[in-house]
Amino acid sequence: MEAINIDHLYVSYGQSFVLRDVSLQVQEGEFLGIIGPNGGGKSTLLKALLGLLPIDSGKVQIFGEDPLLRKSVVGYTPQFSSVDRRFPISVFEVALTGRMQKGFRPFMKYSQNDKEYAYAQLERVGIEKLYKRQILELSGGEYQRLLIARALAAGPKLLILDEPTASVDAGSREKIYRLLEELNHEMTIVMVTHDLLAISSTVKKLACLNGDLVFHGEPEMNEKIVNELYGCPVDLIAHGVPHRVLQQHEHKGGNGCC
Amino acid sequence: MLLNALFEYQFMQNALIAGILASIVCGIIGVIVVEKKLVMMSGGIAHTAYGGVGFGYLIGFEPIIGAFIFAISAAFGIGFIKRRGGARSDVIISLFWSLGMALGIVFIALTPGYPPDLSSYLFGNILSVTRSDLLLMLILTIIVALIISAFFRYWKAYLFDHEFAAILGMKTTFFEYLLLVLVAMTVVVLIRVAGIIMVLSLLTAPAALAALISNKLKSRMLLAIGFGVIFCVAGLWISYEFDVASGACIVILSVISYFAGFLLKTIKARRRKMKLLN
Repeated sequence: MEAINIDHLYVSYGQSFVLRDVSLQVQEGEFLGIIGPNGGGKSTLLKALLGLLPIDSGKVQIFGEDPLLRKSVVGYTPQFSSVDRRFPISVFEVALTGRMQKGFRPFMKYSQNDKEYAYAQLERVGIEKLYKRQILELSGGEYQRLLIARALAAGPKLLILDEPTASVDAGSREKIYRLLEELNHEMTIVMVTHDLLAISSTVKKLACLNGDLVFHGEPEMNEKIVNELYGCPVDLIAHGVPHRVLQQHEHKGGNGCC
Repeated sequence: MLLNALFEYQFMQNALIAGILASIVCGIIGVIVVEKKLVMMSGGIAHTAYGGVGFGYLIGFEPIIGAFIFAISAAFGIGFIKRRGGARSDVIISLFWSLGMALGIVFIALTPGYPPDLSSYLFGNILSVTRSDLLLMLILTIIVALIISAFFRYWKAYLFDHEFAAILGMKTTFFEYLLLVLVAMTVVVLIRVAGIIMVLSLLTAPAALAALISNKLKSRMLLAIGFGVIFCVAGLWISYEFDVASGACIVILSVISYFAGFLLKTIKARRRKMKLLN
């Protein structure tokens, strides 16, 4: 079954289109990485997927349904900087919000079951010892893992992450990628990232977005795609790394456009 | 003495009850307003309410009811235009702000007979609170307290991250408008105590002071209610003893208290740092 079906999607802010004619299918169980330059519409695509912003034309479906119907549970880990870290709330309380059910019950309380489930997700990302802390007291890596735990607490079949390793130290980054690989056995994952090293070692499929979809397929790109994506040849990869995103450049040194 | 006066005079009892009611809504909504940076929005709603006061005088019904209607309309108007992304929200707020004041002036000018004394609406006069004012304040306070406490966990999730709440199926647009309506109700309760012009200090000072002390949403609200009661009662006492305007006393007291709290916390933090360095 298709976890995600995006068909000829157009999204605009004001006068200009951020997404132009994007079509993309993600099968159940896939691990899709989305890369692209800043302003290329990566976050916009995720928000359209989540039904958080109006689309101009085209179709977005999650497990065959309009995302606005909220039929299937989707886990979402927003960009680190988009959530106010000064809000007075504890680590455990944040994880618990993932257990919030649809509907509107006065004097709603989270059940013991909910609490255990939320705690188990904190254990899973390895920050259960911090459960009493206020979120302001967490490091960047811990906060990022908390946001993942909150998404997992919802019990999602599809996990959507927006740059889960931005502003995270190298150790935490490695942990997050290992965790995502493990989670991929249970759920479909879509991840926006700037981290090109991760692309080659973690994701199974790759999409490159720069307003329109430049490339979609196996995580092996050639120079032509990168040129189209970033507008100039860039050496994307450090030497001595086992997996290469790029095939070997034919000519080094670039042409001075960036 | 204040205590004797309290037993003796109905208006003193009314003033005390009004102060407590105002402190309750201030504590609850003030914490949210401060946390979500809705302070200017609240100021806009309060000043728009002045148009309603004038409208009440012109048509001939309770001015506070007029203030209520205008405040609610302002909440919906600002919220709607902001959602549509029409203009930057501070522009919209300032337009509502001055339009409300201007309408109030025009309505009062059109009112036949002697111009009414508006200073109690502008600057607040807790000693002139009437029974019908109290009844309206009581109803609004109960509504605000009930809506926040009955859906407290939803509010917490919404206020922390409204996008995530929306993905889980929460009707966040509804909550956004509901919050603005609650702010409008709060402002109306506060007008009689602190006046339109000084509403903001009662809304922000107790909440900001509570934020210096606690890192939990619920305890911040309870603390802010406590501070509000102290400011209102002490302000009332000062105003009674020295025969000065009650609203001004309450406002000065709450602002001074916040600065004192802020100073104390800064000194404490610096001492701790010095200790660690040595």
